[in-house]
Amino acid sequence: MTSDALLPVLLPLGLSPLLLGVVNRTKAIVAGRAGQPLLQPYFDLAKLLRKAPVYSRTTTWVFRAGPIVGLAALVLATTLVPFGAGPAPMAFSGDLILFAYLLGLLRLFTVLAALDTGSSFEGMGASREVTFSALAEPALLLALAALAHRTGSLSLSSMYASLDASAWVHVGPALAMLTGGLLIVFLAENARIPIDDPTTHLELTMIHEVMVLDHSGPDLAFILYGAALKLWLLGALLVGVVVPLHGGPWWIDTAAALSGMLGLAIVTGLIESSMARWRLVRVPQLLIGAGVLSALAFVLVLQ
Amino acid sequence: MTLLLVALGLLLASGGGALVSAKSPRGSTAVGAAGAVVACTVGLIPAVRVLLGAPVLALRVAWEVPSGAFFLEVDALSAFFLILIFGLSALTAVYGSEYLLPYGDKKSLGPNWFFFNVLVASMALVVTARNGVLFLMAWEVMALASFFLVTFEDEHESVRAAGRTYLVATHLGTAFLLAFFLLLQRASGSLDFDRLATAPAEASLLFLLAVVGFGTKAGFVPFHVWLPEAHPAAPSHVSAVMSGVMIKTGIYGLVRMLTVLGPPPAWWGWLLCGIGLTSGIFGVLFALAQHDLKRLLAYHSVENIGIMALGLGVGVVGLSAGNPTLTVLGFAGALLHVVNHAIFKGLLFLCAGAVAHATGTREIDHLGGLLKRMPWTGAAFLTGSVAICGLPPLNGFVSEFLIYLGALHGAISPGRITAIPVLGVLGGLALIGGLAAACFTKAFGIVFLGEARSDHTAHAHEPGLAMRLPMLALAAGCVLIGCFAPWVVGALAPVVERVTGLPAESVRANLALATGPLLFVVLATLGLLVVTALLIGSRRWLLAGRCVEEGLTWDCGYAQPSARMQYTASSFAQPLTDLFGSLLQIRRRVVPPAGLFPTEASLVTDTPDVCVEYLYQPVFDGIGRGLSALRWLQHGQVNLYVLYIAITLLVLLVWQIG
Repeated sequence: MTSDALLPVLLPLGLSPLLLGVVNRTKAIVAGRAGQPLLQPYFDLAKLLRKAPVYSRTTTWVFRAGPIVGLAALVLATTLVPFGAGPAPMAFSGDLILFAYLLGLLRLFTVLAALDTGSSFEGMGASREVTFSALAEPALLLALAALAHRTGSLSLSSMYASLDASAWVHVGPALAMLTGGLLIVFLAENARIPIDDPTTHLELTMIHEVMVLDHSGPDLAFILYGAALKLWLLGALLVGVVVPLHGGPWWIDTAAALSGMLGLAIVTGLIESSMARWRLVRVPQLLIGAGVLSALAFVLVLQ
Repeated sequence: MTLLLVALGLLLASGGGALVSAKSPRGSTAVGAAGAVVACTVGLIPAVRVLLGAPVLALRVAWEVPSGAFFLEVDALSAFFLILIFGLSALTAVYGSEYLLPYGDKKSLGPNWFFFNVLVASMALVVTARNGVLFLMAWEVMALASFFLVTFEDEHESVRAAGRTYLVATHLGTAFLLAFFLLLQRASGSLDFDRLATAPAEASLLFLLAVVGFGTKAGFVPFHVWLPEAHPAAPSHVSAVMSGVMIKTGIYGLVRMLTVLGPPPAWWGWLLCGIGLTSGIFGVLFALAQHDLKRLLAYHSVENIGIMALGLGVGVVGLSAGNPTLTVLGFAGALLHVVNHAIFKGLLFLCAGAVAHATGTREIDHLGGLLKRMPWTGAAFLTGSVAICGLPPLNGFVSEFLIYLGALHGAISPGRITAIPVLGVLGGLALIGGLAAACFTKAFGIVFLGEARSDHTAHAHEPGLAMRLPMLALAAGCVLIGCFAPWVVGALAPVVERVTGLPAESVRANLALATGPLLFVVLATLGLLVVTALLIGSRRWLLAGRCVEEGLTWDCGYAQPSARMQYTASSFAQPLTDLFGSLLQIRRRVVPPAGLFPTEASLVTDTPDVCVEYLYQPVFDGIGRGLSALRWLQHGQVNLYVLYIAITLLVLLVWQIG
């Protein structure tokens, strides 16, 4: 166990809300505003943790279990994803399946908690969430399978460790498609524009924000923190492909990966500033497109 | 072997006893259920022993029937299925002893218990028979016994129609099996399984016959049409047995026959993968469109059979490519999914039965908020839902993990022959998983969460102990297999060895490729529990001393929210059913609100099975039209019928002499 062994867990646990801050700041700058402090997501979390929640009389224990099980699944998922040159604390063949299915567990409980309120708004969000995630799932797994074939290994840590800049020379088009697929999955799973709009709720068009409408206090803090973690984890999978720089001392590798994450946050902010949310009927086309990109990437790496 | 025969005898005797004591509902239930439980317990002993390594049991008694022999054998594969059959049947018999009693006022329960016990005995015989004639006879008894169980409530026209569909479908399937065994007999000169052999030229034809024949019982698309009719019509504990184990005899037959058909060509594996994908996606999509809770579960059986076929497909691709890793992981995944599906689908059908029992309806859109009135049933249903979606840390994840892992090993192995079907398996499993999650959030969320949508739930209550205990036992099974996954998978080694014909060391070495990662999965499960406990603790600490209020669900300031404004199952599934609308062909009858003060408006949707609508209905209509031309032959005059017989005999005689 070296000093950097726990970095892939500690970095997201500590820094993931900052990622949200960067996205928000980017959007503010593009819109010509000063914007909120970079650390605003931390302030929000701290404030929510100090509040007392209000529960609906309709709800049962499922509503209270939702945020807790969801955050627990994400914390466990954090132990599977490598960052920079550092392998994840837990790495085994097939860990990518556990990763995808832990996200599935999170989703199941979020959706059930939403349905537990009996509100039609939340039912609507839940319905859209399960629709879009069902379409995003094949894209994620096929993209990872393509990486597995390219690198000949079945665990996320060794896959990302054996991916280096030369891969872009040999199978550049495949990696580009794979990046496209993963980027769409990243935006969809994290409820970003053009699939969902994270800044408003209470609109009939929203997905994730409307599902958590009735959560408050520490429960909402758990959910927001979980959302930040998810943003980081899926982002790390994307950045690992785009910036496969490692081999130097661990702090240089980590710095490279961190700047990759920073870049991703800025790109996300730019996408959100420059696009409108798509009509809901067009979102499935985008997600199926992501699946096709991933499948093509898989076929291309077979060469 | 004696114990197995004792179990079979006990089943028949108690079934007969239930028939004799049919006058008293309680008496026949006591005899039937107690007999089933005792017999199943006795039958479990030899099965468990063989699976743990005891020598193979065999019994051969000469029989007068041509090519027939009363030849039974319990090897690892048979023992594996026997454990499932006896285990689930015992639990459902306990459940049935309470579930059926309310029907006792209206009808005799004796025949039901008789056929239940005969069904269990015939299933046990199917998986132990080692002679084609005996196998087909047991197969037929199984079909007939389950037919009479399905038509228990035969006063309803819908139940009678379901029974007819089932009877026709199962016999069409059996016809293919008959052809299958006749061809095998011609090639090998015997119908004893240990002497079956086939010429490679015929193997592919035999394989296709087996896929259709056994696939009809298992529910492969497009031979699945009887499943969504028969399962909802049957009493719930019978649905649990039929969906949990009876349709698996189809998988058993396919696996058993794969061992005698010789080395498979690659396209067998591709075909199985294709069938798996079609059944999986078709099943889950149609499940999404259903309004009837038990019909939804029945379509999910089609989906899960698809997942098993995907596993078998990966295994057969591995066999043909000489890749033991794919072979072992594929077959182990498929077999473990057989166990898991028996457990969670049995559980879900029992829960659905409890809901129907308590509310008098299976219509999902009429229910809601049941978790408060039926906390145990609700928790059990949630466990089953998480398991069937294949989510960690429960058992469904373990078998899907094995199939995924097999497919991923195929993805990284060189050669495109294995890589292409693997692409379909990976993408398909992921899509099926996502859609299953959509379907079960709908089923659990609409039935058990929110507010009651109608008066049906007003008097809902938890069922009695006899119904609750089997549900809890099955839910515990979901958790235990999930928590002890590496050891459960390790225990499959003798079965996989029997199925694949690979040497024991190779099977063990390749299973270790899965049990190693599964240890990490168990570790992750522990981690999940610890983190959950920590989060619960920290929330309790945070909330200590604060005033936690209760209020209304936030309704955006609307003054008079009513329970009918909640999202319904139909509206929840609508985005997905619209997306796949061209496949589902949902029929909508809409009465739109009209005028300034609309008084009535309604929307009725109905999703008939496309295979029935566009495949079987036209074919059967055509046959009906064609044969009606011969109707003049049949006019009710007995003397002419006797003449037909005489002419037929004469013709046959002339043919024989000539």
